[in-house]
Amino acid sequence: MTYVIVGSCIKDDACIEVCPVDCIHPKVGAPDFETAEQLYIDPQVCIDCDACVEACPVDAIFADFELPEKYDYALELNEQFFGEESTAERTAA
Amino acid sequence: MARTRARVAIVGAGPAGAFAAACLLRARGDAEIDLFERLPTPWGLLRGGVAPDHQEIKRLENAFDRQTLKRGCRFLGNVEVGVDVSHSELMRHYTAVIYATGAQTDKSLGIGGEELPGSWAATEFVAWYNGHPDYRDLNFDLSAQRAIVIGNGNVAADVTRMLTLSARELERTDVADHALEALRESAIEEVIVLGRRGPAQAAFTSAELRELGHLDGVDIRVDAGELELDAVSRQWLAEQGTFTARKNMELLREFAARPARASAGAGRRIELRFLRSPVQIRGTGKVEAVDVRRNEIVRADDGSLRARALDEDVETIGCGLVLRSVGYRAVPLPDVPFDDRSFVLPNERGRVRTPDGEPLHGVYAVGWIKRGPTGILGTNKRDAEETVSSLADDLKAAALPQPPNPRREQIDALLAERKPDLVTAEGWRAIDGHELERGRSERRPRVKLASRDELLAAAAVARKR
Repeated sequence: MTYVIVGSCIKDDACIEVCPVDCIHPKVGAPDFETAEQLYIDPQVCIDCDACVEACPVDAIFADFELPEKYDYALELNEQFFGEESTAERTAA
Repeated sequence: MARTRARVAIVGAGPAGAFAAACLLRARGDAEIDLFERLPTPWGLLRGGVAPDHQEIKRLENAFDRQTLKRGCRFLGNVEVGVDVSHSELMRHYTAVIYATGAQTDKSLGIGGEELPGSWAATEFVAWYNGHPDYRDLNFDLSAQRAIVIGNGNVAADVTRMLTLSARELERTDVADHALEALRESAIEEVIVLGRRGPAQAAFTSAELRELGHLDGVDIRVDAGELELDAVSRQWLAEQGTFTARKNMELLREFAARPARASAGAGRRIELRFLRSPVQIRGTGKVEAVDVRRNEIVRADDGSLRARALDEDVETIGCGLVLRSVGYRAVPLPDVPFDDRSFVLPNERGRVRTPDGEPLHGVYAVGWIKRGPTGILGTNKRDAEETVSSLADDLKAAALPQPPNPRREQIDALLAERKPDLVTAEGWRAIDGHELERGRSERRPRVKLASRDELLAAAAVARKR
């Protein structure tokens, strides 16, 4: 499984700070941080620890199997963000 | 060196002020913070801007409360700095003053007919449906069948949704009662959203755009022809376009491919039109139509993509309501420097400077009044971290002198004399409790008190206890 961030994300960075495996991007200061409309979880790296869910002040993070129907697009969206060439380069560093 | 106990006034209890208070308490746990707010209620646009159908985002108020008011930061509501208490009076009572007043007016279109009844700033409509006490008496005429929304940002998306949501859906939100009543009776069937630039440059987040295409019983229309990008936009999207811009194009193509609903008049419609600029609002005594011209995208000398009029042809679109949403603008504050070209307090990393570039010791800025009206809620967190780090450095370097009236009782005495109906955190909790209780009885998240008198009366209950 993985956790997924939905469109109500406000880019409070509390989740980035608590993530033990740095799987939430873009990071503060990254070139695409300002233009990103939300933060995304890399499903390949997420270890399902729940820390980000606790930290999110607007409850915008869900386990994939508990994703409300209105956010059903979000699983693919998070994955696609990491499929972008620029993201792959940056997160590999 | 002895650390002096910092007394800090934050002016404006919106997201920028709240993030600054929270951040300052983390950096300097001993700081005494007073959060000034001209309304009787805190959290600014979180309460008065974020759309009523986005309740999940409003949960941020719990974090603000936990990180500020519950940690000893005081709320001083219903006090307007510059009117009830001056900047120089604040400077005599506090070690530092942080301005977090936001951007309180909207940009105008600068076209004829903008002042006609029925032509509004989208922000006025937003403040009205969110129960801002200064806007409750506005009278939006929703009797025409068509409304035009000008702009392609998230405020434009919000007002478009609010005009098309069903009464049943609105009843599940904390939309102000007066607005709920008016929207229930609304005759609007179609909302046309005009974007000056093309679909690739639309400023909607893909989350907001997706929502427009998934409203219950609402059709979305996009002309597939308008999604055929010009060479400049195509190149920009491929080389510099953001993830959001590419997602937006995918969504728009999906909307354009949807079959038109067979039975016209069965529900409301949203139509998105791109590369269109309004050039004149027409009507006798009230809005009746908007004249629109077509644009093309050109690359400006600075590399940015601009809209330029394509030809002289004018299309006239009939409508009874125009909401313009082309950006916010900050207004100058009494006795504080203001940059009237960028519409911000001139500052460096949050330290306010005089027009000559000299630092104005003890004066700081955060949020939209510091950086201009950009970013989303969380952007203010990093912004606050920068300003608070400047302030913390100045405190550490003992660069800020002790004010002449440094005791809390001194500002309290002044405020008691000027504002006997000041609203404290306890007063706000009484308002909040009252609104939530009414919400529970009506099965809504909250039923807002939307007049200053009602808000002050609810707050006064706490004062009497």
